[in-house]
Amino acid sequence: MSFPEPRPQVPQLPQHLLRSIDCQQGAVRAVRFNADGNYILSCGSDKSLKLWSVSRGTLLKTYSGHGYDVLDADGSFDNSQLCSCSSDKSLILWDVATGQVTRKLRGHAGKVNCVQFNEEASVIFSGSLDGTVRSWDTRSRRFEPIQILDEARDGVSSLKVAQHELLTGSVDGRVRRYDLRKGQLHVDFISSPITCVCFSQDGQCTLSSSLDSTVRLLDKSTGEMLGEYTGHKMKGYKLDCCLSGKDTHVLSCSEDGHVYCWDLVEGSLALKLPVGKAVVQSLSFHPTETRLLTSMEGRVQVWGAEPEEEEEEAIAT
Amino acid sequence: MASDGEEDFVSYGVPLEPLEEDEARKRPVPLHEQTVKDEKGRFQRFHGAFTGGFSAGYFNTVGTKEGWAPSTFVSSRQQKSEKQNARPEDFMDEEDFGEHGIAPSQIKTSQEFTSSRTDKTRETARAVNAQNSVITGDTKLEELIAPARSSVGVEILRRMGWRQGQGVGPRVKRKPRRQHPGGSLLPPAGSEDSEEEDEFAPEDVTFAPKDVTPVDFTPRGGLRGLGYRGLDPGRALMGHAAPEHIDLFRPQSEARSRLFGGRERGARRGGVAGTAFGIGAMEDDDDEEVYHRDSMSRYDKELGGEEPGDGLYGWTAPQQYTKKRGKSKDASYLGKILEGFTLAQKTQELKTIFPPPSLPPDFRPIRRVRASPDVSHLSGVSPALAEALRLSRGHMVPEESQQGVSQQGSRHQLDSGQRRALLGEDALQGPSSVLELLKPEDRKRLMDLRTSTHNSTSHDALRRPDGFRPFDENPSKQARYDLYLNRLKQGDRAGLEQSLDPGMTEWERSRERDEFVRASILYRPSSSFLSSRFTRARRGEEEQPEEEQPGKEQEVVVDDQQAAVNMKLFGKLTRETFEWHPDKLLCKRFNIPDPHPGSGFVGLHKVKRDKFSVFNFLSVPESRDTPAAPKPPESGRRSRWDQSQQKEEQKQKEEEEEKKKEEEEKKKEKDPLSELLSAARNQTANRAEDPERKSKDPDEEEEGEEEEESRPPLDLFKAIFASSSDESSSSSEEEEEEVGREEQEKQALPQSVKQEEEEFGPKLPPALPGGAPRRSKDKKHKSKKQHRHKKEKKKKKGKKQEHRDTHKKKGKKQKHREKKEGEGDSDEDTVSTQELLRRLKNVKSRETW
Repeated sequence: MSFPEPRPQVPQLPQHLLRSIDCQQGAVRAVRFNADGNYILSCGSDKSLKLWSVSRGTLLKTYSGHGYDVLDADGSFDNSQLCSCSSDKSLILWDVATGQVTRKLRGHAGKVNCVQFNEEASVIFSGSLDGTVRSWDTRSRRFEPIQILDEARDGVSSLKVAQHELLTGSVDGRVRRYDLRKGQLHVDFISSPITCVCFSQDGQCTLSSSLDSTVRLLDKSTGEMLGEYTGHKMKGYKLDCCLSGKDTHVLSCSEDGHVYCWDLVEGSLALKLPVGKAVVQSLSFHPTETRLLTSMEGRVQVWGAEPEEEEEEAIAT
Repeated sequence: MASDGEEDFVSYGVPLEPLEEDEARKRPVPLHEQTVKDEKGRFQRFHGAFTGGFSAGYFNTVGTKEGWAPSTFVSSRQQKSEKQNARPEDFMDEEDFGEHGIAPSQIKTSQEFTSSRTDKTRETARAVNAQNSVITGDTKLEELIAPARSSVGVEILRRMGWRQGQGVGPRVKRKPRRQHPGGSLLPPAGSEDSEEEDEFAPEDVTFAPKDVTPVDFTPRGGLRGLGYRGLDPGRALMGHAAPEHIDLFRPQSEARSRLFGGRERGARRGGVAGTAFGIGAMEDDDDEEVYHRDSMSRYDKELGGEEPGDGLYGWTAPQQYTKKRGKSKDASYLGKILEGFTLAQKTQELKTIFPPPSLPPDFRPIRRVRASPDVSHLSGVSPALAEALRLSRGHMVPEESQQGVSQQGSRHQLDSGQRRALLGEDALQGPSSVLELLKPEDRKRLMDLRTSTHNSTSHDALRRPDGFRPFDENPSKQARYDLYLNRLKQGDRAGLEQSLDPGMTEWERSRERDEFVRASILYRPSSSFLSSRFTRARRGEEEQPEEEQPGKEQEVVVDDQQAAVNMKLFGKLTRETFEWHPDKLLCKRFNIPDPHPGSGFVGLHKVKRDKFSVFNFLSVPESRDTPAAPKPPESGRRSRWDQSQQKEEQKQKEEEEEKKKEEEEKKKEKDPLSELLSAARNQTANRAEDPERKSKDPDEEEEGEEEEESRPPLDLFKAIFASSSDESSSSSEEEEEEVGREEQEKQALPQSVKQEEEEFGPKLPPALPGGAPRRSKDKKHKSKKQHRHKKEKKKKKGKKQEHRDTHKKKGKKQKHREKKEGEGDSDEDTVSTQELLRRLKNVKSRETW
């Protein structure tokens, strides 16, 4: 006895502004969901990292300890720890509940652009302007990195970790994928400085945005290009791109104040989300739901598929 | 109690036999026959209260009939974890768990589940249900059969409105109650007050029985006896504390308790003291109260306490009497003093308040922001340095805007001459410099001495590009600076002093001298100064001095990749794969096995794993013969120009000798995509053939421009190549080549330079030689370079670009030569494209994709 296949739903896009949070921490350099998507991390230019609730938009905690702009942050899978990186060339590992600095990791020679935990939060990877990616051990008391990956010839602008793979994008126009299990390094040449890299949710593709105002979807195993997405403006700033929760769409920040959303397969522009007049600095997609975070100047916007009222009803029932 | 319905009740003990009147009275059981047996039939002797009434053990000992033997020692080491937490139950007999034991174990209804407990949520839920349900008595029934916790009587009374503690019994008259003191259930604690009231009560009025305060039957926790009070830390520490006062009438009346404090035990010794502790043997004061004793003095004897009136003037006098002196002050205060407050003893010190300055009458509170904040003011840097800093960026910033700002900027940047001009003053008469007072020959000597020190450092500025003018906003100063530079160029040692304005003061001159010298050092041409620190961004691969071969290849690969990217042919062309060794710890943290177990190496092998691996190493020993040959020995950096040369020659070799081999390799190792690429390359842009067409590519154009910008002046090359050829000739090889070169050297220098340029184009690292010798070596080892032929295909594209670049750099003078070379290139290219096409066909025929 078999049930009929559920009708495939039309993928929804986060086109309704649910909330706009004034973070009051200067320019928001990056905004990130935590592992389960219930909380927001916002990295401010006033050296602070803030934790927000998505559903209510309330400030839960402020983490201060950096010496310069906080450039990126990530939360561990169990929500017990945060890591953040800053222009002061250091990383900080935070205890979420107390807001105390668990560890401050120094070693980079330049500002640290990106940071991420691995799945078990046992290693932190950080990519820096000095062209190195450093892997830090969170379990031991060692203050030296486990390994320094200095293959990049220019600053590392973005990195992602998925299972046993590390994806880095560098200003030298290359996307590097370190496969720890196979012990291989795959280098894909994109030519234009890479601003952001992503894995797709299924782990088969990599997404990379570069300063030639193009987002490219590459096949992970062969490096062939599966899709190219253009129309937005990314010329001078390090802006984010991402894939939607079910890999149906490709999203990218733009310098013209919009978030561009393309259909992944067709490559057609599905949505041009007007965020504001300034540059959309960062964005982050909810891990499971259709929800999007964007940051522009000092504010963070939460976007959802449905307007707010329905959402609240849904929560109430 | 257990009369009827016996099956409903639990019966304790043996029921008495029914008493019958007519039966003869039984003989009472003698005392020795009144025995108690336990459930196993053993006799139990009645004993003291502490064992529960019966003897424990064997005649109150821990022994047995056979005597007591200590149990053998059993090590608990192994069972440590099991015996971790012993409960009291572990040490109890089974009797203790019985119905009458000290820890009866039986199933009881815990309080949460009794219906008498008011559960809010359940009640509301029940109420709602009752509304809805058909049988309305549903909940009533449940209430009826609720297990009773308190006795039925109490329950009934409660239902009737009785509350705990209320007097129970028939209404009584006051008078007769005296005759029946036991009439009421709870005899009132007869006090005189109530008796007196009764006197006035009318005869026919009855009263409810007196209320009683319910006795608190909550069991005592802990193991302490009745009346025990814990240690009083206050007593222990302070030695004496106010004895606790039990105030029956007004609790928390501290003052009163102090009033009747009675005999304050004067100066009690410190130490731990409490009811539970006796007196130590060493304690000499036997009169000390050891046990707690209640004394009537601790209770109030009168309602409301005694009036603090006269007769209490002794040492126990209340505060009001002792503090008489303060009264006068209180009296001076006119207002009413609140109860519990007294006037302060000390007057508060007056704060001295400084009045704000009186404003001038015409003051307007408006702040004017200065239009252009001066950088040099703010940062506190010396004007000269600020100027220098600002100008150091002057390459990019348009000069005009700067000039405008700086001239408005600050008066400190004007020299005295300018200031004089602005003010309209005449030039000062008389000697402006101390030097003018000296004798001419002394002055000259002094100047020589001075300038000689500067000269050594400042000749770098000779190479100053013409466009650079550090003192542009001050034309006269710039003119002086130019003069100074010119003189430096001509080798005039006293140039500095002579170029300075003689009309300026000595201080200004010295300052300007310093500025000039510093400027001449600072503003060396960027080609020599900056390029020694930076590499060009596009050629990131150039910094790898130790391995040349992979580097070159990489560069070619980059060009190839760039071409692939331009054609959007991502895939194998843009993909490189290396063997990478993650750190062991990293693998451990990721819970994955080490991909390269046993290799102690971490990271990336510096030598690139070649795509065409096998043939790359076939001719390694040959290349070893001339280890220094392919590399410019001193320069850590390679330039593309050398490579193009090499490639060219390699290509020739290849195509002549090893075509077949190549084909095989291509099929084997080069992927079809690259074949397609090369074909596409031929179709779309055959750049090598036509230099003009090449230049149409915007990227390439940019490159060319960059090259031209960074191109050093000619004389540099003169110096460089003159020396380089010498060195290389000494180090090398074929006689013919050497002879040829020596001939060249014998000729005029410019000619040789020209040739160098023609062949290689301008070198990026100008400091070191390497062009000529390399070329010769390449020629010589043509046959040995076969091992590189595999890379050729990849490099081709890059080569072409480089050729094109070289052409550009040569400039217009050598156009005819260019053409010639271009033709040569095109010839080669045509061969190669044909080759490629042929191979492409082969591939296509074999593989279907």
